[in-house]
Amino acid sequence: MESGPQPSVVQPAALKPESNWRRGIRKTWPLHLLILPATLIAIIFNYLPIFGLVMAFQDYKPWLGFFRSEWVGLKHFESLFLFDESVQVIWNTLIISVLKIVCGLLVPIAIALLLNEIRKTGIKRGIQTLVYLPHFLSWVILGGILIDLLSVKGGIVNRMLTDWFGIQPIFFLGDGDWFRFVVVVSDIWKEFGFAMIIYLAAIAGVNPSLYEAAEVDGATRLQQTINVTLPAMLPIIVVVATLQLGNVLNAGFDQIFNLYNPLVYNKGDVIDTFVYRSAMLKGDFSFATAVGLFKSIISFALIIVSYRLAYRFGNYRIF
Amino acid sequence: MYHKSTGYKVFSLFNHTFLIILSLLCILPLMHVLAVSFSGKSAATANIVNLWPVDFTWESYEKTIDNPAFVRALFYSVYRTVLGTAIGMAVIIFAGYALSKRNAAFKSRNVYMWFFVFTMLFSGGLVPGYILITELQLINTIWALVLPGALSVYNMILLMNFFRTIPAELEEAALIDGAGLFRILFSVHLPVSTPALATITLFTLVGHWNSWFDGLIYMMDTKKYPLATFLQTVVVQQDFSKMSINPEDMENLSQRTVKAAQIFIGALPILLVYPFLQKYFVKGIVLGAVKE
Repeated sequence: MESGPQPSVVQPAALKPESNWRRGIRKTWPLHLLILPATLIAIIFNYLPIFGLVMAFQDYKPWLGFFRSEWVGLKHFESLFLFDESVQVIWNTLIISVLKIVCGLLVPIAIALLLNEIRKTGIKRGIQTLVYLPHFLSWVILGGILIDLLSVKGGIVNRMLTDWFGIQPIFFLGDGDWFRFVVVVSDIWKEFGFAMIIYLAAIAGVNPSLYEAAEVDGATRLQQTINVTLPAMLPIIVVVATLQLGNVLNAGFDQIFNLYNPLVYNKGDVIDTFVYRSAMLKGDFSFATAVGLFKSIISFALIIVSYRLAYRFGNYRIF
Repeated sequence: MYHKSTGYKVFSLFNHTFLIILSLLCILPLMHVLAVSFSGKSAATANIVNLWPVDFTWESYEKTIDNPAFVRALFYSVYRTVLGTAIGMAVIIFAGYALSKRNAAFKSRNVYMWFFVFTMLFSGGLVPGYILITELQLINTIWALVLPGALSVYNMILLMNFFRTIPAELEEAALIDGAGLFRILFSVHLPVSTPALATITLFTLVGHWNSWFDGLIYMMDTKKYPLATFLQTVVVQQDFSKMSINPEDMENLSQRTVKAAQIFIGALPILLVYPFLQKYFVKGIVLGAVKE
């Protein structure tokens, strides 16, 4: 037998008039109960730490806690802009993330268009299988692999450059400019396949009769791509591009942490790695929190702007 | 027809070549590491290994398995992955189901949605999060790796959107049969959502397996490092300062072939679930992007 009917289903009309609120709770309490675990986790692990941000305005000492540590106002935010090191870190973050965002937007679109020209489904599927894979490997694994591949002493990349082109070994992970180059290229390499999926879906949604009509009009394949395929992809391109705005201060902590070393701090150290070292290695908790808060506030503003833009131009909604 | 023109044929030839090389570039680094891991020590040191092992041997894998620190980390990873995925899925299934109800039937739904979405937009960051875990005395416990990330709002919304595509008639029919809220979840929503559940479960599994930073900051006791953290500290950074490893294992750990073997073992579970993953994630991504 089924369990008895739920009160929410066959609730007889209340005899006494009941407040809306109480009736609401009586009907929906099982729903609140279902959400309770998620609510508790969000309160404890997402909302509680936000109160901890007060330490950005203190000289926080672990043994004094939030209530007895000395208040210092905006001192840490001032130091953020006074130290050459932290100003450089902000620049590094911007340079690396903007390069990543621009290339990370253009490359997948280009490859999706090229892949669309491959008619044999077997080859197409094979290519897709291979290019999606790196997305799922962590930067720990890929960092380990890249350090081996790019080694100056006999890494396979330097060996090929020397054997085939006679180029002197390049110190990829020890020279600041090369480091930035490696960071951007390897990030594109890891993510372009996965980023492409959304565009392939848009291309697959194009009505075939549009191509037929274009062909009857004598359009070449390139013209068809420019006049039929690209316009069909445009809405999703706009959404992806605007949503990337919120990532301007995210240069990719996992990747940089696993690839960098003190030799490239001047050009490769970014906000998140700087925060980690200030807090965990130097124990400068308050300063690290202030830097993190600075980043969070700007990112928050950018995300709000990007969501509004994406909603306006691409009719995108979060939920 | 365009595809018969000479210009297009030339383009097509270049296009095929280019894309095939590009896709091989995505897998060759891994092949190289695999080849190094199966090569003899001297061949690897002499840098003559390319894509095929030289002096084939299982030695590096034997050394890896003989290292108790590595095996311990491997088991700890399995533990956190299984526990973390089970808890994480339960949390988002229940919440996603409740939030899939219409606004009319569940007035507080919008309040909840903004409450959860806000956590995606703003966070306390590294230090306050770390202090919280310390204050809750979760340092060195499995819960430090499982609980803070147990609510994936993104996955919850993905699942909620999927539940919302289930025809209302199914639920109404179950209601008439006298099924309650929980019964409808288990006999209507979950069975028809297998693709979405499979996608999200696999993503959660992969996320836990790959997760390394939480282990690094929350585990003072290096014996409780999950494999990803072990690999990060010992193999990638070659930082032995925190570990108590006997000299023989330490020498092995800095050997190139052994490093390659450990990296490959770290990647192996991902490679094993990848075929299943690929079957579902394309749908999952499109589902997440195109919603109404």
